[in-house]
Amino acid sequence: MAKKSFRQAINEALRQEMERDHRVVIMGEDIAGGMGAPGEQDAWGGPLGVTKGLMPQFGRDRVLDTPITESAFIGAAAGAAATGLRPVAELMFVDFMGVCFDQIFNQAAKFKYMFGGKAITPLTIRTMYGAGFRAASQHSQCLYPLFTHIPGLKVVIPSNAYEAKGLLIQAIRDDDPVIFFEHKMMYDEEWDVPDEPYTIPFGEANVTREGDDVTIIAFGRMVNVANEAADNLEKAGISCTVVDPRTTSPLDRDTILETAEETGRVVVVDEAHPRCSMASDIASLCAQEIFGALKAPIKMVTAPHSPVPFSPALEDLYIPNAAKIEAAVRDVMGSSTARAAE
Amino acid sequence: MQLSREDLLQAYRKMRMIREFEDAVHEEFSAGNIPGFVHLYAGEEASGVGVCMHLDDRDAIASTHRGHGHCIAKNCDERGMMFEIFGRKEGLCGGKGGSMHIADLSKGMMGANGIVGGGPPLICGAALSAKTLKTGGVAVAFVGDGASNQGTTFESYNLAKVWNLPAIFVVEDNGYAESTASTWSVAGSQVERAKGFGMKSYEVDGHDFFAVWEAAREAIEQARNGGGPSLLHVKLNRYYGHFEGDAISYKAPGEIEAIKAAKDSLMIFRNRVSEAGLLDGAAMDAVDKECREKIAQCVVEAKAGAMPTEADLLTDVYTSAY
Ligand SMILES: Cc1ncc(C[n+]2csc(CCOP(=O)(O)OP(=O)(O)O)c2C)c(N)n1
Repeated sequence: MAKKSFRQAINEALRQEMERDHRVVIMGEDIAGGMGAPGEQDAWGGPLGVTKGLMPQFGRDRVLDTPITESAFIGAAAGAAATGLRPVAELMFVDFMGVCFDQIFNQAAKFKYMFGGKAITPLTIRTMYGAGFRAASQHSQCLYPLFTHIPGLKVVIPSNAYEAKGLLIQAIRDDDPVIFFEHKMMYDEEWDVPDEPYTIPFGEANVTREGDDVTIIAFGRMVNVANEAADNLEKAGISCTVVDPRTTSPLDRDTILETAEETGRVVVVDEAHPRCSMASDIASLCAQEIFGALKAPIKMVTAPHSPVPFSPALEDLYIPNAAKIEAAVRDVMGSSTARAAE
Repeated sequence: MQLSREDLLQAYRKMRMIREFEDAVHEEFSAGNIPGFVHLYAGEEASGVGVCMHLDDRDAIASTHRGHGHCIAKNCDERGMMFEIFGRKEGLCGGKGGSMHIADLSKGMMGANGIVGGGPPLICGAALSAKTLKTGGVAVAFVGDGASNQGTTFESYNLAKVWNLPAIFVVEDNGYAESTASTWSVAGSQVERAKGFGMKSYEVDGHDFFAVWEAAREAIEQARNGGGPSLLHVKLNRYYGHFEGDAISYKAPGEIEAIKAAKDSLMIFRNRVSEAGLLDGAAMDAVDKECREKIAQCVVEAKAGAMPTEADLLTDVYTSAY
């Protein structure tokens, strides 16, 4: 199977869906680039080149560059979705949701329910998230918990290029509005990705490794960091299960609870802030459903409750890393040993 | 013209300082010494300086992601700015903001901004403060041609007008938003848009310090005297990419070089004041040297500056203990 980058996998998913279905259109700021300019067309393909090459193949009628006007074009994508198109809109950085959130959570998310089931809104919003780029407070946030909170939205957080392609195709074919999160530090990471189109269903977690001692549930880029931590812990004789829920909405509660019950020790890893996060959500789920099976208190590894700092010295301290996950795992191992000894 | 010799020298110094600052940041970024996103203002100096020459510390400005020039024009400390861009503890924002968020409220500089269109509403607020507290201050929003299409910008035009705020909107039109031409992205015209809101508006050559200075003088005087908001459409060019790392392939070959040769704002300024016998070349050469040395020193010191530490990570999230 061919190795492809996260960027290529997303580009391929878009290309194949646009080839398959003429109702799929994509839009966003500089997603082709060079609009109205005297130089090269398709000059950018988005700020990080993810959509490059699509405009030359599909033309400007299906690859729509927009003015900087998120409220209007994200809203237009929602309106187009409700009236026959299957738009994929690029919200360049998820931080910019602030400019257009009404169109997402009051409009697109609620059409189906408010209209008594008489609407479908096959809208996909692709957006960049995450820290590590030295991009500071307004270009580094995670924010998927905010979207997960809203009934009517589906929220997807792929952890590698293989996942990205299958989940994006699923998102485009899905009849509900889907927010698709792309970690900006992952675009160059390569993975085995099949050439042909395939889908990965929503709400089915992927267990990336199985172990006996601790269950780690992690999201997006943190899945890879958790696997790295699990590798290190393996050498120290601690074996971990790592669960990638793939989508936070819908959430695969069954797999999370089953794997958590098996080990009796839970560490949740989430790059978002700790309050009202996926980490606190999963911790609460486990506490409610499998309290009796837990051998130790649940641990959360998250970013702190602060904006993302610019200085590399601070940003490196801010982001959850393998060492922090390992410490949390040792902690739950230690506290359960202490309990057993009591 | 009511500019004294000192004013002219100061205007030239500010413009040259911005150019030196941006050229130095460009070099340091290219060498891999500066992290993150950096957007340079080189080529646009006459706008920021021509406007801010009329302002003092009671006046507020809101800047954009392309904020270094506005900072310097509004008297932010260049050394503190350079430290900030390098992510050092001694930076103007303690290293927490970086290039896109440099601010100094004591100078009336309300921040560069990572959100396109974030500034105009804030400036309505600053103008409201000035009006309510009777400080005599005015507030200026710098807005790119791209940002001129945001709903926040239009809403601010309307609010500034209906509240009769001492606000000035300066649309800095460098022809592009990222790779997209403003001739395509902007429907109608900037001055007609302003007229639609009942605002006075000016079409200004942004390469010409004196043209900016004169239009800004009128607009700011009107605002200070209770005459309400107005808009300047300032046409200019940026010399570097949208951000550092941009290959600029969307511009025509030779486009930037042609502008530099024909319309460089520093060159135009020098020619104008020399021809009019207002400043001699030697005085301006001395300013050039002064600025070059100052910025070089800032870079050396910033590179050697201490990084913030873990103790700084969670400070200043709130004003009180949390
Ligand atoms: C709300 C929002 N949308 C998009 C962006 C990404 N972005 C940053 S700068 C920029 C172009 C801005 O163009 P313009 O306002 O003309 O200013 P210029 O860069 O030309 O100075 C874009 C699209 C952003 N930072 N914020």
